[in-house]
Amino acid sequence: MMPAQGFRNQLRTLTKCVCDGARLMVGQGDYAVYAEHIRRTHPDREPMTETEFFRNRENARFGVGNTSGFRCC
Amino acid sequence: MTAIQKHGPWALVGALGAAALSIVAVERGEAVNALWIVVAAVCVYLIAYRYYSKFIADKVMRLDAKRETPALRHNDGLDYVPTNKSVLFGHHFAAIAGAGPLVGPVLAAQMGYLPGMLWILAGVVLAGAVQDFMVLFVSMRRDGRSLGELIRAELGAVPGVIALFGTFLIMIILLAVLALIVVKALAESPWGTFTVMSTIPIAIFMGVYTRYIRPGKIGEVSVVGFVLLMAAIFGGGQVAASPVWGPAFTFTGTQLCWLLIGYGFVASVLPVWLLLAPRDYLSTFLKIGTIVGLALGIAFVAPHLQMPAMTKFVDGTGPVWAGSLFPFLFITIACGSVSGFHALISSGTTPKLIANEVDARFVGYGAMLMESFVAIMALVSACVIDPGVYFTMNSPAALVGTTPETAAAAVTKLGFATTPEVITQTAADVGEHTIISRAGGAPTLAVGMAHIISSAIGGKGMMAFWYHFAILFEALFILTAVDAGTRACRFMVQDLVGLVAPGFKKTDAWGPSIVATAISVGAWGYFLYQGVTDPLGGINTLWPLFGISNQMLAAVALTLCTVVIFKMKREKYAFVTIIPTAWLCICTLTAGWQKIFSADPKIGFLAHAERYATAAAEGKLLAPAKSADQMSQIILNDRIDAVLAALFIALVVAIAVFGIMACMKALRADRWTALETEPRMVAAE
Repeated sequence: MMPAQGFRNQLRTLTKCVCDGARLMVGQGDYAVYAEHIRRTHPDREPMTETEFFRNRENARFGVGNTSGFRCC
Repeated sequence: MTAIQKHGPWALVGALGAAALSIVAVERGEAVNALWIVVAAVCVYLIAYRYYSKFIADKVMRLDAKRETPALRHNDGLDYVPTNKSVLFGHHFAAIAGAGPLVGPVLAAQMGYLPGMLWILAGVVLAGAVQDFMVLFVSMRRDGRSLGELIRAELGAVPGVIALFGTFLIMIILLAVLALIVVKALAESPWGTFTVMSTIPIAIFMGVYTRYIRPGKIGEVSVVGFVLLMAAIFGGGQVAASPVWGPAFTFTGTQLCWLLIGYGFVASVLPVWLLLAPRDYLSTFLKIGTIVGLALGIAFVAPHLQMPAMTKFVDGTGPVWAGSLFPFLFITIACGSVSGFHALISSGTTPKLIANEVDARFVGYGAMLMESFVAIMALVSACVIDPGVYFTMNSPAALVGTTPETAAAAVTKLGFATTPEVITQTAADVGEHTIISRAGGAPTLAVGMAHIISSAIGGKGMMAFWYHFAILFEALFILTAVDAGTRACRFMVQDLVGLVAPGFKKTDAWGPSIVATAISVGAWGYFLYQGVTDPLGGINTLWPLFGISNQMLAAVALTLCTVVIFKMKREKYAFVTIIPTAWLCICTLTAGWQKIFSADPKIGFLAHAERYATAAAEGKLLAPAKSADQMSQIILNDRIDAVLAALFIALVVAIAVFGIMACMKALRADRWTALETEPRMVAAE
């Protein structure tokens, strides 16, 4: 592997980490990880679409009866 | 590796920290550079993380890298997902960082920078980070269950109900005090009010965009939102200067109070995607960005501290808040040192996302150190501005009057020389009509931040922009907290009332939702209104109540941790949680007692009520009351506050007693009695 390519890979990893971090800060997990998990463990089930996943997470963060919407002082 | 190789670098860090601390602490008659505070703090954090958190992880918890975490055991790709520890650190930090660590240190600066700084550092290392880390550990070993469930399981049903009730009271006081900060920052400020109000249409636009136009595209919509926000800040300047629009966006504190109450009600019944979620993106990213920006600003500008290390107000005669250093400093700075609220976060989503047990140290202990660092930066921001300006901004109108002349005279008399010109000039610099008596912490912090950031970017001409940027940044996440919190309160009310009337529990039914929301908004609205109309500025009354309640929740959470340590039969290490628990109990009980029974009407609620009652009996009116009705309203407010403080005391005592009983029982048992989930090892790959 060329050194430049190694650097580019590192940069890509870093960017992904920052983006994932920013999304998780507002309660949005990684869709690819979710879809991969469902395909692997429940091959009979169709995973939610990306939009459904987004709305599911939105409701989980602030939705009914849930305390995860607690914001700190 | 030899001991020197292993510990040598850390000894150097320790020596550097000690040197920085001594520079900061020893008064030499010249202004100290703020960077020394930062260096001292970072060294303390590094040493504490390297040694103390490792001790807790290895000896007290015995974290096991091979043991399955809830994320692995229940992996569903949604709530339980093994997550990269850096990503999780960001998530956890964003959830625990709020207005608390920014406001407390600003208020504490009236005693000088040293007492606040020492408590922030000692508090976080020995209490705050320990609490966050321990609760995260306890929850992680129990399938990520919540604080209420954990207390019920390990201490019993009665303490569980007591703790839940306490949480509800804290929420109410928290929401009131947060809303009060916004009111204090926006009153008589058309620029600030316009900017903050424009976040509502901006957020709704973003909500519609992520719902219908490009679902889930948080990044791009946040960039658009951010640009619109910046435009709103510039627009606010134009609005404030306009003879027509300026007055239209100028509101008194009382008007803003009603607007906020109405807003809280409407915002918390709207669908989440429309307003709450999109504003959450803006407030979260702006919060992180501003914290990073402030850190860079302090490092780059290296400002000097204008505030003395210690002022004469350590004796309790300060104008910003009443009460002596002990116990009131320790409840004024809550978040940043130790915050009970974090126990709710550490037993919320975070424990369900941990991939490996050993990550809990970095996420739990580490993120709290980071939050403490935010508090240190807030303290620095408050202490780099002219102390004369600081006291002008934070003293109640009853003391400094409302004109630059009266304020300058009063503050100079306090011992911090200033002139009417300085006061007028500072107000003009930040684009406000007045800076007199703008208590609540946010405006002071905004002046400090504007001072630091404008030295790096834009110079004096940009100061007004940065001031309103800072106000917007705080108001934005406070408003998010207000409607998320009102929503959480509403569900709590529905649950509680649902115990007697099961039909009330239906969260999708309109009737119960509206009633429960009205109860929640009414409760915090009452305290908000009381604070807004308080002659001493409101913060004086509400902040100590908030501090007491927050530290009380921390004491409850640490009691739970202590009980778990005893049940694990590791009582020889129980000092790790017993010391902070005892200290918090001493502080909250003393402070609560003084708030109720102190003979000084500035501190004691009952003495204050007595003063008004005596005057009312003689047919006299005391400011700010303008009628006999208002006199009796003030008396009633005082008595309600006293009852609330008494409730908090009763709560701490009850939980402490239950905790001690549970510890004794665990001590008598001849085996492990903690209720962890059955351990399972990670399958080898």
